[in-house]
Amino acid sequence: MKAIVSVKRVVDYNVRIQVKPDGSGVVTDGVKHSMNPFDEIAMEEAVRLKEKGVVTEIVAVSIGAAKCEETLRTALAFGATKAIHIKEEGEVQPLTAARALAAVFKKEEAKLFIAGKQAIDDDANQTGQMVAALLDLPQATFAGKIDVAGDKATVVREVDAGLETLEVDLPAVITADLRLNEPRYLKLPDIMKAKRIAIEAVTFADLGVEAAAAVKVTKTAPPPTRSKGVMVKTVDELVAALKAKGLA
Amino acid sequence: MSIERDVMEYDVVIVGGGPSGLGAAIRLKQKAAESGKEINVCLVEKGSEIGAHILSGAVLEPRSLNELFPNWKELGAPVKTAVTRDELHLLTSESSGVKLPNLFVPKTMHNEGNYIVSLGNLCRWLGEQATELGVEIYPGFAAQEVIIEDGVVKGIQTGDMGVDRDGTHKADFAPGMELRAKYTLFAEGCRGHLGKRLLKEFGLDKDADPQHYGIGIKEIWEAPAGKHQPGLVVHGAGWPLDVTGTGNTGGWFLYHADNNQILVGLIVDLSYSNAYLSPFDEFQRLKHHPVLKQHLEGGKRLSYGARAIAKGGFNSLPNMVFPGGALIGCDLGTMNFSKIKGSHTALKSGMLAAEAYADALMAGAEGGDALQAFPEGFKKSWLYDELFRSRNFGPAIHKFGALFGGMFNYIDQNWFGGKIPLTLHDTTPDHATLKLAKDSQQIAYPKPDGKLSFDKLSSVFLSSTNHEEHQPVHLKLADPSIPIEKNLPMYAEPAQRYCPAGVYEVVGEGAEKRFQINAQNCVHCKTCDIKDPAQNITWVAPEGSGGPNYPGM
Repeated sequence: MKAIVSVKRVVDYNVRIQVKPDGSGVVTDGVKHSMNPFDEIAMEEAVRLKEKGVVTEIVAVSIGAAKCEETLRTALAFGATKAIHIKEEGEVQPLTAARALAAVFKKEEAKLFIAGKQAIDDDANQTGQMVAALLDLPQATFAGKIDVAGDKATVVREVDAGLETLEVDLPAVITADLRLNEPRYLKLPDIMKAKRIAIEAVTFADLGVEAAAAVKVTKTAPPPTRSKGVMVKTVDELVAALKAKGLA
Repeated sequence: MSIERDVMEYDVVIVGGGPSGLGAAIRLKQKAAESGKEINVCLVEKGSEIGAHILSGAVLEPRSLNELFPNWKELGAPVKTAVTRDELHLLTSESSGVKLPNLFVPKTMHNEGNYIVSLGNLCRWLGEQATELGVEIYPGFAAQEVIIEDGVVKGIQTGDMGVDRDGTHKADFAPGMELRAKYTLFAEGCRGHLGKRLLKEFGLDKDADPQHYGIGIKEIWEAPAGKHQPGLVVHGAGWPLDVTGTGNTGGWFLYHADNNQILVGLIVDLSYSNAYLSPFDEFQRLKHHPVLKQHLEGGKRLSYGARAIAKGGFNSLPNMVFPGGALIGCDLGTMNFSKIKGSHTALKSGMLAAEAYADALMAGAEGGDALQAFPEGFKKSWLYDELFRSRNFGPAIHKFGALFGGMFNYIDQNWFGGKIPLTLHDTTPDHATLKLAKDSQQIAYPKPDGKLSFDKLSSVFLSSTNHEEHQPVHLKLADPSIPIEKNLPMYAEPAQRYCPAGVYEVVGEGAEKRFQINAQNCVHCKTCDIKDPAQNITWVAPEGSGGPNYPGM
């Protein structure tokens, strides 16, 4: 069974995000980037399925500028058997990404699509769902546990009320939640080997994909700074202060 | 328990992705390409990426970069803001100071032709160039051990990953790997933990003066509206440290860089004597001085970090080679303190090493020897001449203080071109300069105002420091009883103050007092390893990719 794992290059989770002074976005120059942590979990899960003999091939796909190659090298070091870089210098909206990923899925004749439930940069949480819709496939999002047997996958989802167990027919789209697994440490020898694997480069045009312009970012602003607290001496003072704010 | 480790062999392994390590890697590849030969080079870096652990002022003298890449401008090096103006101030109190007329500024403090840069970003760029030339770069992997066999350095071993706090292996344990090489170059920066071991193992520093250090603390600010003057370089000394005294000296910088940023920092000489001094708090109160405040007030602090510097210079230079490798850059101690610059010298030392080792390898050397061609090339280079001329600068400040030491340096540099016919030595190591707490003056530092000055923890937060939290503590105490039983009564345990990241705390009361090490906060500055009066703390590399994640420091 062939699995497609989409891996996005995002600003590293340790980095303190700074909004550009002109509000046109966040600062990404000279800032550490790494694989979206949820995609790392998806990647790890695919590798574990491969280790179990369920998945035979893992194709890692990333969309974006030249540096995405680093993210794909990481995926190869994890254990992806092939990497496809969809080259695009400009902004990529979730719908565009979903169209491209769906096209790769079809072209590769894959049976399983695994991605992180969302990317930590735009938190859109849309791509996996859109891929499922475009391919008219069943979807199981926010996976906390995945079992594949024959042509079915049993997925335990993390929902507000607790856990929900779904059974989906394959091919299917699954998105990974935080508790699905803990990604392994990459071993230096694996990283070394990954450097020597060729990465396939394609463009939207090669895939017959049209970029969507469904969403427009109008402004990016940092959260308001918390105003200083007030020290009160008595309960009466506290009540008075709350009343003055119209809170009591 | 023996662990099976993977082994890879290279011609040259380089430890550390700073200017010297990258300079060496690039020059090795350039030399090989020039002769149509192959030298395989592997570089490991403990930071999560190249640049993540780099911290410097920085004003860059482009001399070495010009030599390495004469076309660096076309190649898009992030070296853009030319210095337009220099100011030098001597602060005499918290509200007053003197701006030195240009005439009296030591020549080494002039910055015409230099650039204000982020050394972190320059290293990121050098990393890209190196990768393109075929250097294998592995960030996120710390060199944990030196492999020494029969008195010869054979390479390094990277740290194990997935070790629990108590030393047991977790489910995701991944053993470190042996990277073996004909020659191994150590470019860990100031007070590298392997460099320190090599100095001892091979007695490299036995004929040199003790190395001297400073702790540099730096912040990046977004300039207040209308206050940005790209290219302006301001330096100063004196208050809040000693003006005429010699016990507690240091100097500060404030640069207007590109991107509407102001880079501001303080370097406190680690030869300071007051047990109560806190470099972090000195820096915080310094920013309230009118000379600095006028630049920063209304701006926004973006980032924070700290790193020790090796500033002993010429007199403290150890032997640079040993069987199987060499020390380069700040691991060796090539900073020119009189210019407060170490980037061009580090880069050059890496390039000089590369030239010697490339020649040897291409002539068929099997490695393992203490290659004398490197120190010989070094002695013939402008780097040697530059360091020689600056040899008195640090000792003069240590001996005579900021004001009189500065005057000596003016005369030495401007009248004698650094060739004044005497050499000052400073033979007291920095860990031995601390006075007892009872002989030290307590300092009442003002509370941070949250606008210009800040507390330690909110500062460390801005360094984006992260360590895997269940790993063994990477700050090793040789004798765990010393902090509470000796350092506390004698020196009021100075680690609480000299650490700029709040790693060390004395908690509890009376007999319950204990020494707490918050290793996750560590920004890898190495100050504790240097300044602990009992020399009881040893910094070792934590799990790879741990530590700060500096954005363009």
